[in-house]
Amino acid sequence: MSQPAVKTKNLTELSPGGTHFGTKLKDRMFQAGVLVWFSLFALVIIYPMFWLVISGFKSNSDFFLNTWSLPEEWHWGNYISAWDAGIGHFFLNSVLVTVVSVLAVVVLGSMAAYGLSRFQFRGQNILLILILSGLMLAPQVSLIPLYKLLQGLGLYNTYWALILPYVAFQLPFSIFLMRSYFLSIPRELEESAIIDGCNSWKVYWHIIIPMGKPIIASCALLTGMNVWNEFMFALVFVEDSSLRTIPVGLMNLRSQLNTNFGIQLAGLAISALPMVIAYIIFQKQFVRGLTAGSVKG
Amino acid sequence: MIKTFRNRRTALLYIVPALLLILFFVFLPIVLNLYNSLFRWNSFDAGRTFVGLKYYVRLFQDPVFLIALKNNSLYAIISLVFQVGGGLIIAAILEDKLIRRFQPFFRTVFFIPSVISIAVVGLLWQLLYNPEVGLVNGALKAIGQAEWGRSWLGDSEVAIYAVVAVSQWQYTGYMAMLFLIAMQKIPLEYYEAAMIDGASKIKTFFNITVPQIKEMLLVGSVITVIGAFKVFDEVYIMTFGGPGRSTEVLGTMLYRAAFRNDEMGYASTIGTVVFVITLVLSLIQMKLGKSGQEV
Repeated sequence: MSQPAVKTKNLTELSPGGTHFGTKLKDRMFQAGVLVWFSLFALVIIYPMFWLVISGFKSNSDFFLNTWSLPEEWHWGNYISAWDAGIGHFFLNSVLVTVVSVLAVVVLGSMAAYGLSRFQFRGQNILLILILSGLMLAPQVSLIPLYKLLQGLGLYNTYWALILPYVAFQLPFSIFLMRSYFLSIPRELEESAIIDGCNSWKVYWHIIIPMGKPIIASCALLTGMNVWNEFMFALVFVEDSSLRTIPVGLMNLRSQLNTNFGIQLAGLAISALPMVIAYIIFQKQFVRGLTAGSVKG
Repeated sequence: MIKTFRNRRTALLYIVPALLLILFFVFLPIVLNLYNSLFRWNSFDAGRTFVGLKYYVRLFQDPVFLIALKNNSLYAIISLVFQVGGGLIIAAILEDKLIRRFQPFFRTVFFIPSVISIAVVGLLWQLLYNPEVGLVNGALKAIGQAEWGRSWLGDSEVAIYAVVAVSQWQYTGYMAMLFLIAMQKIPLEYYEAAMIDGASKIKTFFNITVPQIKEMLLVGSVITVIGAFKVFDEVYIMTFGGPGRSTEVLGTMLYRAAFRNDEMGYASTIGTVVFVITLVLSLIQMKLGKSGQEV
């Protein structure tokens, strides 16, 4: 199931020789046309984000008068004001919730995937199907019952009200990915380890985990991204502004800073940055995870 | 087979922690939701009255439900055209030998929006659509079409399209990436054979590329449609169902019933409808995924 990340095939040896002047001209026009089209599309994607970061440096009047141009004066203070106006707090909440959720998903998920990929026992398939069918359920359906459930448990309006549902909803997909990958790890090593007297925990810890690192990294990144970006649960399960994570915090900020666009945009830029940076650094792991299961967050 | 791996109790020790969390926080709520939808109740009152299927009857007569279904379907159709259709074409062109050396740049750029949270994207686009300061009207003005400009999110005729457009902006590159990876598994010999036969690019696309990535195309289509029926964040953030109820989708309708009108039973009914729709689509996806493995 684990697929190689995108790579560029080298096909130059297949070029048709291009002796014919007509084909060459046609190729050139095709190439030019596509490049213009794709560059425009790239511009439509990049420019709003660039505009977001740049406008974050503008004073309010500058923002209204010179929508398109660079700031007349670079207000670094906007970013600090946004941080102080609440983004900093939301940011730290998001970091906390994301880190705990990712750790829990990686530990519990890899254990379950190990149990489901190495052990053979009666009822195994039922357990597997049960866990994987968690992939099919839309979070919206659980919104109201979970809200009541969390209230009943006294967890409503705490970090746990976010962490526990996040972990539970991310586990099926991570187990699915990790199990497929673990199945592809050759068993000779484990068998000799067991003959040497290792128990199953040692096999898990010293063989499966080290060899499963690539898929664990992908799962951690995907879970991290989904949790960092999650909006609906964060909106409903937490009430105190002091517990808010970034996506909902940004909504608060919008009403609070109603007209101060520079600071608002600075806040948006701060919120988007970690994921964009993580994606650019770990592109391979991101793409492997996203495509291995073809499930959109 | 080694004995260590035949011990059922040991196996369960590894599996049960995750399983319990899933059962309790994912499955139990689904069952509770079905049960909840049969009662009239609200969030701060302990009492509840059994109403049977009354809310289901009411839902199917609710004109807003029709609007929501229409908007979710519109979401699905437009996303199929742009994300699946557009993504497929983009991926095929990126794999063309004349474009391939630019591929790493474009695929990276096109993919970026899909890693940003919908909250950030929604708030950003709300500003871009702003009739006074937004770039959208600004851009129209710059190309001499100022009269096309309008209050994109404030006009009930176009608001839903404006919201749907943001999703296309965000996820077309993601779909293109999925298709790219499927295309890179197509054996090169197929293309060599087509080239020797002198087949045109378009012919090669329809006769080799599309049939070879058929499974991924189907799975991608189903994911897109499921996503369209789960839509919530972007609508909540950009329009909250308005102006009027013109951009209402099932997700915002559920939220409004539950947390604005405090009609928890009615909201649960909407939850059931979402459950049925996404379940059926997911079963289709699983079936397609399976047939993909057999091929």
